Amino acid sequence: MNNALDMLLVFLVLTDLVLLGSSRLRNAIRIAALQGLMLGLLPLLAHGHGFGWSAVLLGAGSALLKGFVFPSLLNRALRETNARREIEPLVGYVASLLIGMGALALSFGFGARLPLPWPAPSQWLVPAGLFTVWTGLFLIVARRKAITQVLGYVVLENGIFALGMVLVEAMPLLVELGVLLDVFVAVFVMGIIVFHINREFDHIDVDQLRALKEPAP
Amino acid sequence: MTWTLVILPLLAAVAAVLIRSDRRRRALLVATAAGHFALTAICWIVPPDVAPGAWVGLDAAGRLFLGIASLLFLATAVYAAHSLGREAHGRQTEADTGSVFVNAPEAVFTACLLAFLSTMSLVAASRHLGVLWVAVEATTLATAPLIYFHRQPSSLEATWKYLLVCSVGIALALLGNFLLVVASAAADGSDGTLLVTELVARGADLRAPWLKAAFALLLVGYGTKMGLVPMHTWLPDAHSEAPSPVSALLSGALLNCAFLGILRAHSICAAAGLGDFSGGLLVAFGLATVAVAAAFLANAADYKRMLAYSSIEHMGLLALGAGLGGAALYGALLHAVNHSAVKAGLFLLAGNFLAAYRTKTIARVGGGIRRLPASGLLWLAGLFAIAGSPPFGTFASEFTILKEAFAPGRTAVGVVALAALAIAFAGMSKAFLGMALGRSPGDAPAEREAAASVWPALALLAVSLVLGFWIPSGLQAGLEHAARLLGGGTP
Repeated sequence: MNNALDMLLVFLVLTDLVLLGSSRLRNAIRIAALQGLMLGLLPLLAHGHGFGWSAVLLGAGSALLKGFVFPSLLNRALRETNARREIEPLVGYVASLLIGMGALALSFGFGARLPLPWPAPSQWLVPAGLFTVWTGLFLIVARRKAITQVLGYVVLENGIFALGMVLVEAMPLLVELGVLLDVFVAVFVMGIIVFHINREFDHIDVDQLRALKEPAP
Repeated sequence: MTWTLVILPLLAAVAAVLIRSDRRRRALLVATAAGHFALTAICWIVPPDVAPGAWVGLDAAGRLFLGIASLLFLATAVYAAHSLGREAHGRQTEADTGSVFVNAPEAVFTACLLAFLSTMSLVAASRHLGVLWVAVEATTLATAPLIYFHRQPSSLEATWKYLLVCSVGIALALLGNFLLVVASAAADGSDGTLLVTELVARGADLRAPWLKAAFALLLVGYGTKMGLVPMHTWLPDAHSEAPSPVSALLSGALLNCAFLGILRAHSICAAAGLGDFSGGLLVAFGLATVAVAAAFLANAADYKRMLAYSSIEHMGLLALGAGLGGAALYGALLHAVNHSAVKAGLFLLAGNFLAAYRTKTIARVGGGIRRLPASGLLWLAGLFAIAGSPPFGTFASEFTILKEAFAPGRTAVGVVALAALAIAFAGMSKAFLGMALGRSPGDAPAEREAAASVWPALALLAVSLVLGFWIPSGLQAGLEHAARLLGGGTP
């Protein structure tokens, strides 16, 4: 059981690294979808003692949303906007990967030092979750395309989901479902806004969105 | 009863999408706002019972913030029903940037506005931090389309920033919630909780390091939504680009909702004996916020952005008051009421200026008191209200906070806050006086102002004026009860 969980978490870290180094948007969406599907298994594997129906429901809902609904939403936005790849990201891909390696090492260091009150189901858990959160934040900050930023938000949520799923068994199902619903609507609304950005500006590079600022004193 | 407050606006939102007549939809908006306000008033007169383990229920603090949101929504709905009719149909040109745009469909606008009221009611009624999180994120999603009502590039930019910055910030608050469960769980990981009353009851049994980390994340997360420096960057854009009634609600009601989230977390820390830690963080963030906002207010060029920075400044004061604790927490709650009423009124007046002058640039507006006699006069009164000068209620509430800030041992806090307030007043009075009394650009005659565009703002300013002389005993009791509930005291 625990081996499967370890494998899953290693896979999570690998998908993060691929996302950091990927310039093709379609590819990145596919990787994020894969990540979402895997995370659907997490509630089942993490709670070793028995498959509660709530864990099954939550896992299935999450996998459906992140594995199928989000990718199709994002792919549609991609088709409409004619954006294929991230051109001239604010931080280059090699640099992103190198920084990512550093962040991964830090995540491991932090995870090893964190005094969890009870043993985690896997020693990979906290580092993998933290690294995924970091990857999401990094994608939001270091990329230009609005779609990549939405993707970063999804990855960030994935990381928080992973951390929460395993640290916490006490989060009531209803609240978890509410969180999932919120994330769904957030990505949906962001998708709509991406359409509009494309229509207004003829592209979806958000660094062009900088008309609003204070006048120089 | 409590659920009715959440569900009624939601049903009205669905109805708003289905109704085709603009006139009927506006009537529905006002009727729902009035109904919600009546229900809220009943909750104030006869506080509903709250089961100890209930996730949703109105305690004293929730009732206070619900009351603010409901009052503001009623005033704003009356104003919006009028101002929506004032909006031109078809293509129009923005005077400041020269961009051509159309408006979003009015049905969508009204539906989002009503959904916004529903989510704010849920925030106020949440006694479970998970529910609170879901509700706060839902407010972000309901308001994003409202900011993009005028479909032009600058509004789009503001909406995108708002959506992304706030969603990411709120995501961090979710992480904080998880850590809070860890802090409260038993040694084998079971029995964790997010129920505020339960967390407060466990008090010192909570794991201190986890609780500290959780509070820091919650403060950053909800602080983003509240507009605390340095997470405030989205706020001036969103509040200036939104249509004026929406700006009024964002500044007056929504920022308070995020503040309530922080207050809940702070009360848990106080119960666990970590009040000094959480209070210290709040004071630091609050002071930084007041100081930075004052610097921007000193040199404002756009009057809606100026009001937005003023909101940031007052949110800093609220955080400062909550952090100082004791009577200052009571002062912060009173100030939340005062600031909301005044700021919402000012944004509604700013909407009148925008409609008449077609510009948001301060330098291009003048002679307001001649061209818009009622709005111009109220605008001048609003300057004194927002600056916290007597006889307005803002004076009493700011005084209560500052008195605690000048307590022996922390005089520096008081000095910084007072200096920032003075700078902000100087900057704002220059802009306000120029707009109301300065030379008019062109020779436009005085306009007849519609009652619906003036009365809501007049009523809101009057609330703050009355609170300066007399606080009704019911409100006084509610404020004291809420302050004690949140770990503070009363003067």
